[in-house]
Amino acid sequence: MTEAEAGRTDRRSASPGGGGIRFEDVTVAYNGTVVLDSFSLEVAPGEVVALLGPSGSGKTTALRAVAGFVRPASGRVYAGGRDVTDLPPYKRGLGMVVQQYALFPHMRVEQNVAFGLKAQKVAKAQIPGRVAEALRMTGMSPFAQRYPRELSGGQQQRVAIARALAIQPSVLLLDEPLSALDAQLRSGMLAELARLHRELPDVSILYVTHDQIEALTLADRIAVMNDARLVEVGTARELYKRPGTEFAAGFVGNSNLLPVTVAECAPHADGSFRAAVRIGTQSQPVAATSAEAVAAGEARTLCLRPHLLELAAAEHHDNAFQARVTEVQWRGSSHRVFAEVHGHEVRLDANELRNPPGIGETVWFHFSAQDAVLIPGSGAALAEGGAR
Amino acid sequence: MLLYTRRAQRIAWAVFGFFFLLLFVLPFGILVLAAFTRQWNGAFPSSYTFSNITAAFHKDPLDGLETSLITAFVSSVIALAVGTWAALALDAMRNRGGKALIQTVFMLPIAVPSVVVGLALLVAFSQGPVLLNGTSTIVVMAHCILVTAYAFQQLSAAITRLDPAYEQAAASLGARPYYSLLRVKLPLLLPALTGSLALCFALSMGELGATAMVYTSHWTTLPLRIYALDDRGHQFVAAAVTAVMMTITLAVLLAISKIRTRANFR
Repeated sequence: MTEAEAGRTDRRSASPGGGGIRFEDVTVAYNGTVVLDSFSLEVAPGEVVALLGPSGSGKTTALRAVAGFVRPASGRVYAGGRDVTDLPPYKRGLGMVVQQYALFPHMRVEQNVAFGLKAQKVAKAQIPGRVAEALRMTGMSPFAQRYPRELSGGQQQRVAIARALAIQPSVLLLDEPLSALDAQLRSGMLAELARLHRELPDVSILYVTHDQIEALTLADRIAVMNDARLVEVGTARELYKRPGTEFAAGFVGNSNLLPVTVAECAPHADGSFRAAVRIGTQSQPVAATSAEAVAAGEARTLCLRPHLLELAAAEHHDNAFQARVTEVQWRGSSHRVFAEVHGHEVRLDANELRNPPGIGETVWFHFSAQDAVLIPGSGAALAEGGAR
Repeated sequence: MLLYTRRAQRIAWAVFGFFFLLLFVLPFGILVLAAFTRQWNGAFPSSYTFSNITAAFHKDPLDGLETSLITAFVSSVIALAVGTWAALALDAMRNRGGKALIQTVFMLPIAVPSVVVGLALLVAFSQGPVLLNGTSTIVVMAHCILVTAYAFQQLSAAITRLDPAYEQAAASLGARPYYSLLRVKLPLLLPALTGSLALCFALSMGELGATAMVYTSHWTTLPLRIYALDDRGHQFVAAAVTAVMMTITLAVLLAISKIRTRANFR
């Protein structure tokens, strides 16, 4: 962490008395099934945190616990600077946008946006101005008189955001807001959301998604969830460059996970450790980075990003391993090569190759030690064997 | 399209036409014809007259019409209010046993013959402490009990289909439950509300069984008077009164179906 980053985090650090969101050991169960298991997380004021995980991982439950639609069996939830655990949803004052938008079909766009202000009995004179401002921010001013059914999916999405922003919440909850849009619109809306957050730097955003690109693009920090639990939390860069768990390595970005045995380990100049590891029974060890010291002989999982692997010439095999090509896919501007090494599949993504290898050929996969990360616990990787 | 070939479509139309003729056109057509008949000996009336229609607008049938309209209006409005309330409460209930109990209780009046409902009211309110026998109230009560079941059923179905996301969105925007009921839930339920109002009104206009048990001489609904006319041998006047009643009921139903404000969003 740089000094600037440290300062930023420090300034933003949330307390139960400040803004933001804070989960304290929150457990939610439905009919005896635990859907969120002692979940603790803090979203600082102005911070964007993505809850990333597969469906059923508990991320939406966490968001709904903040909104007030599920009641924790234990633990406390703080939002906007107060304990909201026992408050009904309508007293929490949080903005929320859900996957299907839930725009009121019998109201015009303008009335939809004004709804929260009227419900909260904001002074009548203020309402038109705040509605106009929310519509301006989302670029929906020209559509104020339309009904939701007369809008496209992307426009409905903007109205839903405008409606949530009109009540000027300090916390914005977004539950898979882009998943109903097609791919092209989605990337446009992603840029739009990023711009909105720059315009409203004090609003904390909790963003639920199963899409790693959305999480990497928008979030200051990502909380990876699986099986009702928080698996790992960190900045997008940390999680991507130095995943601490196999699950995070597989879910944030693509990765090849290979079981390895540590041959030796030594401290490195940047504060991490550099280890020499063997893939399977391979004689020649390769170099990888580890966050902690590892004793020789210990089992670890090696995480290699497919786009950071390179095909190397046979005679130049510094930090490389040998693999047998099983599949070559030409994808226009790029090539994807699948190969097998000691019974595990490894994937390589490269810009279009001039001379792609043939199936069955033996090639060398080269990588730099700083791009290869050692992750503790190799059970799952051994079982599933490699690329996801 | 369910049927694609021309031939299949023609057959379907023919079958539909046959049953439509048999079940709707024939009985109602003959009824209208009978309203204008003086004498009917052969396959068709032998002579026509307007005197039946004139008779239908005399004091007695008109009183019956007024009684029926008031009874139907009051009981269907009450039924709609009670049925909607019960359906909303049922939706909010978490206790499964309680839910089943409420559903069964509301189904009961239409599961037993309507005469039984009339009899039950008669037995319950013929002696003190609450003496209602011989009042218009007991007639309206009987109609309420019967048609509330339909209002409850229709609203229950509509509420189940309503996406909870609307209510949650309203709550997240700071709307208290009462506010979101008035501004979001009920407007979204408006098509079901007008639909069941029409159904209740129509059912109440035609109700005979329970009314026959509890009516009084000063609160006799039109169906009872039509029955009495027919009983006394005035079939053609009965037909004329029925035709007038049908027309007015249809007009009211048409008017209800026009209640579509901004909620007409589909």
